[in-house]
Amino acid sequence: MTVESTAARKPRRSAGTKSAASAGAKRTGPAAKKSPGTTGAEPELVQLLTPEGKRVKDATYDPYVADITPEELRGLYRDMVLTRRFDAEATSLQRQGELGLWASLLGQEAAQIGSGRATREDDYVFPTYREHGVAWCRGVDPTNLLGMFRGVNNGGWDPNSNNFHLYTIVIGSQTLHATGYAMGVAKDGADSAVIAYFGDGASSQGDVAESFTFSAVYNAPVVFFCQNNQWAISEPTEKQTRVPLYQRAQGYGFPGVRVDGNDVLACLAVTKWALERARHGEGPTLIEAFTYRMGAHTTSDDPTKYRADEERESWEAKDPILRLRTYLEASHHADEGFFAELEAESEALGKRVREVVRAMPDPDHFAIFENVYADGHALVDEERAQFAAYQASFADEGEGK
Amino acid sequence: MAAEKMALAKAINESLRTALDADPKVLIMGEDVGKLGGVFRVTDGLQKDFGEDRVIDTPLAESGIVGTAIGLALRGYRPVVEIQFDGFVFPAYDQIVTQLAKMHARALGKIKLPVVIRIPYGGGIGAVEHHSESPEALFAHVAGLKVVSPSNASDAYWMMQQAIQSDDPVIFFEPKRRYWDKSEVNKDAIPGPLHKARVVREGADLTLAAYGPMVKVCVEAAAAAQEEGKSIEVLDLRSMSPIDFDSVQASVEKTRRLVVVHEAPVFLGTGAEIAARITERCFYHLEAPVLRVGGYHAPYPPARLEEEYLPGLDRVLDAVDRSLAY
Ligand SMILES: Cc1ncc(C[n+]2csc(CCOP(=O)(O)OP(=O)(O)O)c2C)c(N)n1
Repeated sequence: MTVESTAARKPRRSAGTKSAASAGAKRTGPAAKKSPGTTGAEPELVQLLTPEGKRVKDATYDPYVADITPEELRGLYRDMVLTRRFDAEATSLQRQGELGLWASLLGQEAAQIGSGRATREDDYVFPTYREHGVAWCRGVDPTNLLGMFRGVNNGGWDPNSNNFHLYTIVIGSQTLHATGYAMGVAKDGADSAVIAYFGDGASSQGDVAESFTFSAVYNAPVVFFCQNNQWAISEPTEKQTRVPLYQRAQGYGFPGVRVDGNDVLACLAVTKWALERARHGEGPTLIEAFTYRMGAHTTSDDPTKYRADEERESWEAKDPILRLRTYLEASHHADEGFFAELEAESEALGKRVREVVRAMPDPDHFAIFENVYADGHALVDEERAQFAAYQASFADEGEGK
Repeated sequence: MAAEKMALAKAINESLRTALDADPKVLIMGEDVGKLGGVFRVTDGLQKDFGEDRVIDTPLAESGIVGTAIGLALRGYRPVVEIQFDGFVFPAYDQIVTQLAKMHARALGKIKLPVVIRIPYGGGIGAVEHHSESPEALFAHVAGLKVVSPSNASDAYWMMQQAIQSDDPVIFFEPKRRYWDKSEVNKDAIPGPLHKARVVREGADLTLAAYGPMVKVCVEAAAAAQEEGKSIEVLDLRSMSPIDFDSVQASVEKTRRLVVVHEAPVFLGTGAEIAARITERCFYHLEAPVLRVGGYHAPYPPARLEEEYLPGLDRVLDAVDRSLAY
C-alpha cells in the first residue's frame, strides 16, 4: 500500500526556500534600521563580494572591513586555500584507510575563515565537528584535529591553549556551553566575546532553542554562527524550518542576519559587527551564513541518494576561493608570484599532514583508564589493575613459548 | 514460504515493511529515514513505497521525535522511531523516562503507548565518539519500558513484529556490528514470546549468558572451549527488561556455573542484576560465583582502543577458566 499523493503535496525545495525568504520580515535589530544589505542575488543576503568577484557596497557592513589591507586580503585567501588543501588531504587520507572518518568543510571556507578571522585572541570559540577553518584561524595545528577522526583520541587538544573548544558531535550541545561561557565572561566584566558554531539541522535541537533563550535573558556576549550548508545529512533545510533561519532570532529578542556564506569579506564584516555588539554589552546575535556543503556529509555518506548533481554545480559557480582570487587579481592586490608561492606552501602543508598522520601512534592501552576522573576513583584503579594483570598473562604465555 | 538467508539489517527492513503493510497506523519516524533510508539503510526503500506520511523524515531533534511519537501514540498511531546512534538518544531521554515510561500507569492503565524506539548500539565498527555506546541498563532500570535486543536476523525480524504489536513502549537495541551478518529468517515459523531467552547451544559445564552483539562472541568462545573438552551452554537473553530469569535459572541448575557477557560497563550493568538474582535463586546449585565480562568504568574509548575495551573471545574464555577453577 503506497501513498503517492504526498509527493505531490510536498513543496519543491527551491520554491520552499524562496517563498519563505520573500515572505519573511525585515532583518531585525540594529541591522534592520540601516541598509537591508540586499545587494546579493538572494533577498536579505549581506554580500560584499559577488560570485563574479566584484566588490559591492554595503553601508552597514563596509565600515567593518574599510581598513582592510591588501596583505590582509591575501591572508584571507591564503587561509582559505590552505584550509581547503588540508581538508582535501584529510579526505584522501580517509580513503587510504588512515582516518576512520572525515567531515569535509569543502565549500564552507569563506564562512569559517571570515568568521574565524573576526575573532580576537581572547574570544572563545565553541565549534561543532566541521570547523577546520575556524581552528586554523585560532592557530590550532591542523594535525591536532585528525586524532579523533583517526580514532586515537576523543578530542586531541587543550581547548584553553587557543580558546578553541573541543569538537562537539552531539548536535547543538555546544551552543549552551558557549552561552554559559559568555555568561561567565559577562559576570567577570571582561570585554571578550564568545562564538558558537552549528548547522542548519542543529537549529532544530532543543539545546539550540534553549541557548537562544538563555543568551537573550542574560544578555550574554555570544554570537551564534549557523552555517546553513543546505543539508543535514540527507535532509534539506525545509525539513528543519519554515522561515529563514536568521529570522528565528527575532522571536528571542536579538538580531539575526543572513550573510553570503561564500563571501569571506561579508562573513568577516558581519561577524566583526556581531562580536563588537557582544563586547559592548548589547547581547547575542544570530548569523546565518548561507553556504553549501560541496561534498558528502562525511566520508561515510552517499549524497547521490538524496541530491542532484546540478545543485552542486550551481553552487560551484559561487565558489568562495575563486571569487576572492578574481577580486585580488582585478584589483592588483596579488601577483603571479603570490599564487605560485601559495601553491608551494599548500603542497608542503599537504605533505606534512600526510606524514604526521601516518606516523601518529596508536594510544597506549592504558589510556582507557586515563583522565576518567580528575580526583581518581577506586573502581577505575581496580579495573586498571585487573586489566594490567590480564595483559601480563599474555606476556607470560608469550615468554613461555 | 521457505526460510530465507538475509542480513540482520535487511530483516529489520522487511519486518518494518510487513508492519507498515499490515497496519495503516504504523509510522516510521527519524532523521534521514526517508530518501537516504537511514544512515545504516535499515529503512531503505520504505518511504518510496509508503510515502512521506508514513515514513517521516523528522527535524533534527530527538526530544521532539520521541515527544511527538508519544502524542501520535495517544492518538492511536504506532510510531517506530529511529535514533540514529546510541549516543544521540540522550536528548530524548527526558521524554522517554519522564513521559513515555510512566504515562500508562499515571492514566490508571487507560491509555497505551505502543512506541518502539530503535537504537543501533554497541561498538566494534571503528566509529568516533558517541557512536559505540551500550546504554541498555539505563533504560532497563526505568519501570514502564521494555528493553530488547536481537542477535540474529530471524530474531530481528520477529522481535520487531512483536515490539510493534506490543502496547508498551519498547526500546529496541540493534547490534550495529551485526547488521551485515546473515542468517536464516523463516517468515512462517511461529516465534516464541518476545521476552523469552533462547538456548543457542547446549552444554553441561558452564552457562554463558549474553544478548545482542555478544551472543556471537559467546558461541565462538563455546566452540573454542569445546576443543579443550569443556562443554559450554550459550543463552541468548534477547530481553533485558524483563529478563527471563527462569531460563537462566534452568540453565544454571544444569551447568552450575554462570558467566554473563555484555559490552556495556560491568558496574551496575545488566550482568550485576543477573548475578544477584541468580545467586538468590540458585545459591545451592552454584559451584562458582557468577562472573561478569564487559566494559570498564571509563568512557567508550577511541576506535584504536576498542578492541581492548570490548570483550573478545579471550576475555570470555578467561572468565570461563576462572569460573571452572573454583
Ligand atoms: C543529537 C544528535 N543526533 C543525531 C546526530 C547524527 N548526525 C550527525 S551530523 C547530523 C546532521 C547535522 O546537520 P547540520 O546541523 O546541518 O550540520 P552539518 O553537518 O550540515 O554541518 C546528524 C543527524 C548527532 N551527531 N547528534
